[in-house]
Amino acid sequence: MASKSKTKGERGPKVKFRGWRRENGRVGVRNHVVILPLDDLSNAPAEAVANNIKGTLAIPHAYGRLQFGADLELFFRTLIGTGSNPNVAAVVVIGIEEGWTSRVVDGIAKTGKPVTGFGIEGHGDIATIAKASHAAKEFLQAASELEREECGIEELWVSCKCGESDTTTGLASCPTVGNMYDKLIPKGITGCFGETSEITGAEHIAKSRAIDAKVGEKWMRMFEAYQNEVINPHKVDDLSESQPTKGNIAGGLTTIEEKALGNLEKIGRTCRFIEVLEPAQAPAGGPGLYYMDTSSAAAECVTLMAAAGYTVHAFPTGQGNIIGNPIVPVIKLSGNPKTVRTMREHIDVDVSGILRREQTLDTAGDALIDMIVRTANGRLTAAEALGHREFSLTKLYRSA
Amino acid sequence: MPLPHFLVHSPKDNVGVVVVEGLRRGTQMLGVITETDATLTLTADEDIPIGHKVALKALKAGDTVIKYGEDIGKMVAAAGVGTHVHVHNLKTKRW
Repeated sequence: MASKSKTKGERGPKVKFRGWRRENGRVGVRNHVVILPLDDLSNAPAEAVANNIKGTLAIPHAYGRLQFGADLELFFRTLIGTGSNPNVAAVVVIGIEEGWTSRVVDGIAKTGKPVTGFGIEGHGDIATIAKASHAAKEFLQAASELEREECGIEELWVSCKCGESDTTTGLASCPTVGNMYDKLIPKGITGCFGETSEITGAEHIAKSRAIDAKVGEKWMRMFEAYQNEVINPHKVDDLSESQPTKGNIAGGLTTIEEKALGNLEKIGRTCRFIEVLEPAQAPAGGPGLYYMDTSSAAAECVTLMAAAGYTVHAFPTGQGNIIGNPIVPVIKLSGNPKTVRTMREHIDVDVSGILRREQTLDTAGDALIDMIVRTANGRLTAAEALGHREFSLTKLYRSA
Repeated sequence: MPLPHFLVHSPKDNVGVVVVEGLRRGTQMLGVITETDATLTLTADEDIPIGHKVALKALKAGDTVIKYGEDIGKMVAAAGVGTHVHVHNLKTKRW
């Protein structure tokens, strides 16, 4: 008797990982207790608290004062989103004054996770550091008792962005990410790509990969607004050495069109994106692939995707971008044999066999999926082991 | 199969990408078109670094360069078959 054909959804082994289920139901793959400064002025006390309470993580940054309008909204969305990310167990916010500090605390509190805040004015650094250290210690000890539980792969939110690209990223590491999405998006994960400037020359292809005409047209309006509001008013040349970067050019990429076509290899052959997100906006339309309107600068882009709730990041590099993120493990993959050899300590997945025709995109995609699962289970990425914690806020315009 | 010296994304492309280190002028190169697995041969007419592009046919100023089967810019100087195509002879049509 012929064996019964498997019903839909049973094909292939069910992929599992072990993560921390948070109060709001989302699953994290790290268990950070974050000391989050509201503003640039509060970096020093936040770092003092993290120094007092070993195992907590301060996330210093450069902004938070006199921002206004859409730039201020993006600032709050990014800070609240960072604290809300399921890779974070609990948060202590420290700000120069209590008003905006409370706004960040209240935003993070909507997830149900432990969060508290302290204003410095009227108390000074030392008293604030003492109070915040007591709170951080309680949060850290509570987080240390939380246990991982088994979760299906569909609980993972995996973002992507490439950096220090070269022609090998378009041939090997970016299509490996695309192969991963082609396999995991149908299994129900939530994905994300972005880098608006870096779609220039491939916008017709990006638009065609939207789920329907309405989303495609929304994408094109976003893309044209970026060109009209950012590039065209400010450019003084063809952006050569900025986009493509000097590193891209050293690696053999010549034009933005060439770079864009390689970049788009990250979304595979069959995936369609279902919505266009504002920077740091959390996807609300369920599982699937999303586009986020981001800068193509690595740290800014990964910071925005982490603030939207993504918990693992796949990062193809050609010439050897070394970026990490404080709260999200950034998995590096490279197909450039020279980079894999000379910058070995930065590369988690070597796909240079693709260039030698020894490895197929299918096996490379499987190797990346395996590394994503291992990373979700707790394996430290190269960037984590090397201490890369780049956190860069995107600024829309000058502060008041 | 012996190791390829260069890879080509699409049969429509007029440039390929060198994928070996230290490629010297005069090397008889093996290329593979990744979309079709078809092979082709070409003689390198310059030393070309890994990751950099090689002209698969003679290109003159004004020609559109095709990679991934798509327009990636225009030639601003000529390039002979087997020579290096990069910022010295290829420019964006944007920005």
